[in-house]
Amino acid sequence: MLEINNLYASIEGKEILKGINLTVNPGEVHAIMGPNGSGKSTLAAVLAGRDLFEVTEGSAEFLGNNLLELSPEDRARMGLFLGFQYPVEIPGVSMVNFMKTAINEQRKYNNLEPLSASDFLKLMREKKEIVEITSSLTNRSVNEGFSGGEKKKNEIFQMAMLEPKLAILDETDSGLDIDALRIVANGVNKLRTKHNATIVITHYQRLLDYIVPDYVHVLYKGKIVKSSGKELALELEEKGYDWIKEQY
Amino acid sequence: MTKIESLQHELVELYTNNLAEISSFDNPLMNNIRNSAFESFKQLGIPTRKTEAYKYTNLEPYLTGLEYQYDLSPLSLEVNLDDIFHCDIPELATQIALVLNGFYYRHNRPLNLPRGVILCGLAEASVKYPELVQKHYGKYADEKADSMAALTTMFAQDGVFLYVPENVVIETPIQIINVGYSIKNIRISRRNLIVLEDNARASVLFCDHTMCAKSFITNSLTEIFVGENANFDFVRLQNENSNSSQISNTFIYQKAGSVTTNNTLSLHGGLIRNNIFVKLDGENAASNTYGLFLADSEQHMSTYTYIHHAKPHCTSDQLVKGILDNMATGSFNGKIYVDNYAVKTSAYQRNNNILLSGTAKMNTKPQLEIYNDDVKCSHGATIGQLDTEALFYIRSRGIAYTEARQLLMYAFANEVISKIKLDALRERIIEMVDKRLRGELAACANCNIVHKN
Repeated sequence: MLEINNLYASIEGKEILKGINLTVNPGEVHAIMGPNGSGKSTLAAVLAGRDLFEVTEGSAEFLGNNLLELSPEDRARMGLFLGFQYPVEIPGVSMVNFMKTAINEQRKYNNLEPLSASDFLKLMREKKEIVEITSSLTNRSVNEGFSGGEKKKNEIFQMAMLEPKLAILDETDSGLDIDALRIVANGVNKLRTKHNATIVITHYQRLLDYIVPDYVHVLYKGKIVKSSGKELALELEEKGYDWIKEQY
Repeated sequence: MTKIESLQHELVELYTNNLAEISSFDNPLMNNIRNSAFESFKQLGIPTRKTEAYKYTNLEPYLTGLEYQYDLSPLSLEVNLDDIFHCDIPELATQIALVLNGFYYRHNRPLNLPRGVILCGLAEASVKYPELVQKHYGKYADEKADSMAALTTMFAQDGVFLYVPENVVIETPIQIINVGYSIKNIRISRRNLIVLEDNARASVLFCDHTMCAKSFITNSLTEIFVGENANFDFVRLQNENSNSSQISNTFIYQKAGSVTTNNTLSLHGGLIRNNIFVKLDGENAASNTYGLFLADSEQHMSTYTYIHHAKPHCTSDQLVKGILDNMATGSFNGKIYVDNYAVKTSAYQRNNNILLSGTAKMNTKPQLEIYNDDVKCSHGATIGQLDTEALFYIRSRGIAYTEARQLLMYAFANEVISKIKLDALRERIIEMVDKRLRGELAACANCNIVHKN
């Protein structure tokens, strides 16, 4: 599904990613861990198409397409989803209008008719339940005045609406209390199928108690320095990132 | 002689040579103050960049360069109201009155208004209701405050007169449609007088249109008297062609406990300059001044406000937002003036602007002048671009760049639009703004008035 080869990316001349290799297949959950500043969020942003970053070398293929040539909206329409670490507040744009536009743009891309108002509302209702969102949330402007937990739930809600093939969740656990963490993780688990894949980016092992990964990768200084099964996360928790820093 | 000086000279001559004809349209009260306005105009001159209030509005390119004529009498042309206006806003049954090139249209449909309410041409009113008109006409406008106001008074022969007696509430909004329609380039002058007696309530929608691609220079002046505890709500929709210029002066005088809300939506036009003067001259009066302007190509849109707090316990709120694209220019010059005895004043002012291109230009100058220390006042101004973080966030959900921009511009504009109280009108304006932001024709969907760029 996703094939990253020797990917280099920089911002304002400063190299952040220094040769990433990663393969993700349908049905898999990958966790990317690593200390602060190792390039985790940059990798997520580059894959989603943030133009702040310049890809200087390497390739990324998504479902057989050259991902790096596509606009952010085309990547999304093909089924790539980025759950933001810091979801952006957009005053004046209602959640309903935002999601309706997104869904219908995706449908247009897939040569489908726009969803009727009633079907859309029905879909909203269904998906809200997945992340236990109260109805009031959706009548508000996108993320405006949302608490940290609400913002993250809202990311998973959007993921549920758009049904991506590949979801990249950037520090979705940061700033969550234990209840919100459980709700968010449950949401992600409910959306798992053998046809889609998830990349979970996290600093802590905690989230991986709820979203159990098939693979764990450690990103350090812009490179994946270690890959293994889920037991690697526990080892990291126990030994700390200094254990990695000493080796690389 | 500069172009502005020759224009000044031309207008002075035009006035002097045609005074008899200008005064012949049956309006004795209006004639009485022509000459003093003429003196003010001669003294002040047409504003240039050296005039403080017009520092960022250069009138010259918009007012000079073309030949204009003055229509000194109403157009004899018959207008079929049904043909021109299907300007029905669904679910908003408005009473429509047409003003053609500054003259109240003779064949307006009969209006269904509450007892005692008067809506007619100002010239007609000055003959039929001389006492009412005399009591208010020229009492709130200050020709010395703006020479373009003086110019309006010199030439204006007609306009709208609206009178709402004490305790009368007009449920149905009144829609006054100002139309420029001519086979030649013309100057239009009109004066409006609106009087709401104590406890009266009314809402008016003014639509300013040009009906053909000719060039119109419109000078308009509106005086609004709002009696004790009266409530006046008005929306101005300015939608003219790019060859046309409009300089409008609005003078609002408010008594104790009165409330006015003014939404000015400048959607299209070559030059649009709105001067808004408010005097809060009774305790607990409130003034809300809101505005949205959308300028592109080489359009210039400018707002000047002067909110005078003359009595204690009054509140004023101002919010003006602008979106400028291409080579468009804009300016905001807003002043809150608080007298020394106007204690417990609350006055707020905000101006936010978005520049969509590197060549658009905006100047903003918020000002406070306060002569007592028991007030709550704030002002703020921003000039920025669309939020790139938000743009990326929206696009990352599969929404195209152009649509993402549209959402953000609309969200920006919506803060002003949402303050329009009439639901049906707000819905229609949302549609028009949405279209305008997409660069489509700015004309109302059901209107035959097409704005050619």
